[in-house]
Amino acid sequence: MQWPTIQSRFMGKAPSTVTSDVIVKGPEFAEDAMNVPILIDARALARRAGPIERIVVVADRNPIQHILDFEPMRSWPVLAFRFRMEQSSPVRALVRTQDGRWHVGQTWVNAAGGGCTVPGASRADGSWSRTLNQVQARVFKNLLEGGTRLRLRIMHPMDTGLVGGIPAFYIEQLELRDSLEQPVWRLHLHEPVSENPLLTLELGEQLQGPWHLLGRDNNGNRIDERLPT
Amino acid sequence: MMHALSKMLWSCGLWCGVGAALAADLPVGDYQLRPRSIAPQTWVIEGAVADFHRSNGCNIINTAFIATDEGVWVINTGPSQLYGQQQRAAIERVSPRAVLGVANLNLHPDYFFGNQAWGDRPVYALGGTQAGMLAEGKAYADNMYRLCGDWMKGTESTPARQTLVPSRFVLGGHQLEWIRLQGHTADDLVLLDRTTRVLFAGGLVFADRVPTLPHARLTEWMASLRTLQQWVDEGLVQTVVPSHGPVHQGRYGVDQTMDWLSWLHERLSTSASQGLDLSEVLRLPIPSRFSGWAALNAEYARSVTYLYPRYETAQFSR
Repeated sequence: MQWPTIQSRFMGKAPSTVTSDVIVKGPEFAEDAMNVPILIDARALARRAGPIERIVVVADRNPIQHILDFEPMRSWPVLAFRFRMEQSSPVRALVRTQDGRWHVGQTWVNAAGGGCTVPGASRADGSWSRTLNQVQARVFKNLLEGGTRLRLRIMHPMDTGLVGGIPAFYIEQLELRDSLEQPVWRLHLHEPVSENPLLTLELGEQLQGPWHLLGRDNNGNRIDERLPT
Repeated sequence: MMHALSKMLWSCGLWCGVGAALAADLPVGDYQLRPRSIAPQTWVIEGAVADFHRSNGCNIINTAFIATDEGVWVINTGPSQLYGQQQRAAIERVSPRAVLGVANLNLHPDYFFGNQAWGDRPVYALGGTQAGMLAEGKAYADNMYRLCGDWMKGTESTPARQTLVPSRFVLGGHQLEWIRLQGHTADDLVLLDRTTRVLFAGGLVFADRVPTLPHARLTEWMASLRTLQQWVDEGLVQTVVPSHGPVHQGRYGVDQTMDWLSWLHERLSTSASQGLDLSEVLRLPIPSRFSGWAALNAEYARSVTYLYPRYETAQFSR
């Protein structure tokens, strides 16, 4: 049972409640343990309990449990991404609202596993160095009603550090800014996020591009990219 | 009394989870292989129309053989050493003639995991298939042991040793031809019997079952299917033996496979151009015309997981 440890590690002594207002969707079975798709939607919680400060995503039984932190700030509390799974596990979104309360949404993903301990394709063939931190982005309208969807792909090997001889090497921080250079959302990624992360975010209807993406990996390589609108 | 009860609970703990769902489960260790004649001197041994599962011994493949007075050719060797042994015994009950050759039509595990039982016979596959078996055999074995348990006992990945070069040959009056097509995998071998007009279509054709796509290249596969449609239309092929699903006449399975592939391609392209994430595509409804097909949800999830990322990546460069 890793849950008590996860509670104290990520939420301290603060009380938490499990709620269906935080939707966490994963596949029943992780067909590709190196790319397990997760979709988080906490809009219902934001409507009920007020603005969301951050969303902490964890997989109890992963060797590295902490997958990412997401601060939705001025965007919607919606995020889709992929991560590496070592074995079947609960996947949870621990959501802290601005009033200091924690709300937990969760799902269970079955897996044959092994996703954390084998090198990704670009590490295996060495091609990662030619594309490091290149950014691709595209905006889509109205997938969710009134939404502005940003899909983002950043080329990075995202090494977990659990493959022999390959130290952990991953994007740590990402921040999106609007046309006035004001932050829209922030992400803190950890080792289990899949190679060449493909992120899907919902920016709402108020904010205006052109968007500016800033970030860095744990080796200090910077990302600074103006995105097409 | 207490003793008997605890014994019952114990044995149920072992077995109930395995077999409770299906009444017709096979007892572990006996595949109950029964060759069925489908044309002169031509037999198939049919697998379950389902997904890999312990209740069916992971036997979901159709293997086949042509047994003539001049000798026997065997097509595919099944999911395990045990299958290969029982297949060999079943064939020997039908024909006393020597087995001249065994062929694995592609690199997927249930096409060749019975090869151990044919160690003293020449076992053939296309060159690319041999390379794929060598590269992926161990991972297949891990997966098959996980899915099929005791049925796999003693099985080791044993790739085909002889390289098959596509050609025509005659066996006991049958005009036969090995042909290389592609798309289900990089090298899809089919055997055409011009005498009986039976086509052993391998993984290119699925009937009443959703195609498996871990090595698929959709456009090449659809091109191969158009070739098969033409053979049927020209009268070259009458009976089709797919690797998965019932043996049938005419274009039934070819058309079903084409329908699925073109629908899936369309679904993935449309979804990517709309900006859907993989998580969302996995949850889209599947049209009702596919609802009776075996392994529908499992294969849809598998195919989307492996294929959709390429479609997603492509829309970034538009």
